[in-house]
Amino acid sequence: MRAIESRRIIDPLPIYTMWLREMKRFLRVKARVVGSLLMPLFFLAFLGLPLNSITARQIPGLEGTSYLNFLAPGIVGMTLLFAGTMSGASVIWDKEFGFLKEVLVAPVNRFSVILGRSLGGMTTAIIQALIIVGIAVAMGVTLSSVAGFFLALVVMVLTCAAFTGFGLIIATKLGNLEGFMAIMNLIVFPIFFLSGALFPIQSMPSWLKYVMYVDPLTYGVDGLRGTLVGISAFPLWLDFTVLIILCLALATLGSYFFSKMEAD
Amino acid sequence: MLGKSYRVRNMNSVIETEDLTKEFDGLVAVNHITLSVGEREIFGFLGPNGAGKTTAVKMLCTILNPTSGAAKVCGYDIARQKDKVRECIGIVFQDRAIDTFLTGKENLDFHARMYHLDGKTRQRRVAEVLELLDLRGKENMRISQCSGGTQRRFEVARGFLNHPRVLFLDEPTLGLDVQARRNLWDYIKLLNEKEDITIVLTTHYMEEADYLCHRVAIIDQGRIVAIDSPEKLKQAVGLNLISLQIEDSSGALVDSLKQLNWVKKIEARDGSLELSIDGGEERIPELIDFADNRGLVISSVKLYKPSLEDTFLYYTGKTIREEEGSVKDIWKAWMRRSGGRR
Repeated sequence: MRAIESRRIIDPLPIYTMWLREMKRFLRVKARVVGSLLMPLFFLAFLGLPLNSITARQIPGLEGTSYLNFLAPGIVGMTLLFAGTMSGASVIWDKEFGFLKEVLVAPVNRFSVILGRSLGGMTTAIIQALIIVGIAVAMGVTLSSVAGFFLALVVMVLTCAAFTGFGLIIATKLGNLEGFMAIMNLIVFPIFFLSGALFPIQSMPSWLKYVMYVDPLTYGVDGLRGTLVGISAFPLWLDFTVLIILCLALATLGSYFFSKMEAD
Repeated sequence: MLGKSYRVRNMNSVIETEDLTKEFDGLVAVNHITLSVGEREIFGFLGPNGAGKTTAVKMLCTILNPTSGAAKVCGYDIARQKDKVRECIGIVFQDRAIDTFLTGKENLDFHARMYHLDGKTRQRRVAEVLELLDLRGKENMRISQCSGGTQRRFEVARGFLNHPRVLFLDEPTLGLDVQARRNLWDYIKLLNEKEDITIVLTTHYMEEADYLCHRVAIIDQGRIVAIDSPEKLKQAVGLNLISLQIEDSSGALVDSLKQLNWVKKIEARDGSLELSIDGGEERIPELIDFADNRGLVISSVKLYKPSLEDTFLYYTGKTIREEEGSVKDIWKAWMRRSGGRR
């Protein structure tokens, strides 16, 4: 009877268990919660507010809105990028510090394990993103509509899932802590800077535009901008299509690598 | 004495391996191990670091796939029926494998859910294991705040939470202080008795194997060189040695010592005498009396007992050298270790 259960690809109890663990860990490490919110906060306060008063109307693509309105969705995107990638990649931590071993020898389908874990990571990432939205609103960002807000939640889930998958791929293929930090800086920061989170794509030189078009976060940020504050470089359908494809591809690949990972 | 010819006392074997082998990039870590472990037995793999004990256990736990050979745990094939095997075993890893951000109880709950225990069973079972391992009152402490010994006990508690038939302990007391180690030994024994659990452990501590195990497999370079009860293994190594220093001349004593039937061999070396004896500490007073009666004063006595290193040297050396030679090597090893004489 149990054997059948354990072979189930979607096994609710372990999924819930893994999710619960992520939540507990998130809430317990207060320093991490605060730390993960500080960087986006700095960007909003020390980049957004000053530029808000200086440049707003001089940048192409920013006509008719404030820089802070423009920046806030970008910073939400950044939060999702960092939190999502970290959530996926922290499999390395679990592996290094042993906890994962115990999970990998339990009679549970690996996909359920990683699904629960990723859902937990995504929940915490989206909570952080929502806190950033709240802070942004408090700073004077105006949200476009209630419907837009709920659509933005969908964009958040897709963006976050895509980068969780991406983090998983890095973690399972790289497999050690030292290389991991280097990769994080080498890949994640360019993804952030080239996503149009800080400056509109329209104002970039054309060679850079093409680089930005292949940055997955570009579509996440643009989708968030379109839904949250109502300005976007691409039509929303394009953002959604790209995000859905990315999300499916990266999450599938990530969980596949995870399922093939040796417990030792 | 070697694997293949060995017969288990217990008719029901829980683990059976046949020519179990694991190679890493051409290096043979575990070399054709054939053994069986009986029900409710405490079975130990004893050997130095890198001997292949952990690799052997990892294969039995389905963490590693064997390169060749086969093994069955609880009647299930370790390579083809992993999930079945996993359901009937518990594992305590060599490295800490417990979530330090969570409390002990949360870790146990987590484990119970991963093994599909329903809510009621989970609560009952968690309470039971907390009770059994004396962890009451510590269950709500965060693991990172517990002492090393307590952390380890939580791991052991977790290991047998799901009523496994076999519990694997990989170096269970590594890094623990003497008291915590003794403590854990007693809990392991208790588990074995109270829960009717078969326990397979790896260790490089002779005392541990000696105290806990019903049977021990001495493993070296991936091969099992001997399997037997600790008593028999030590007996096979041979005799304890007493090193004596006597004031004045010792020549007179040597002849008379030969009369004692428990003195098997006498060697004079750098002004002291080395006696191979049948027996242990109780011989020391006898020896002193004996010398006293003959008007001789013993200025120092030292007793050397076979330890893992010696047992190990004996078993690994045996295949290469003759016994006479190997006893000498044991002696040399003792001297080196105790840093005794120059």
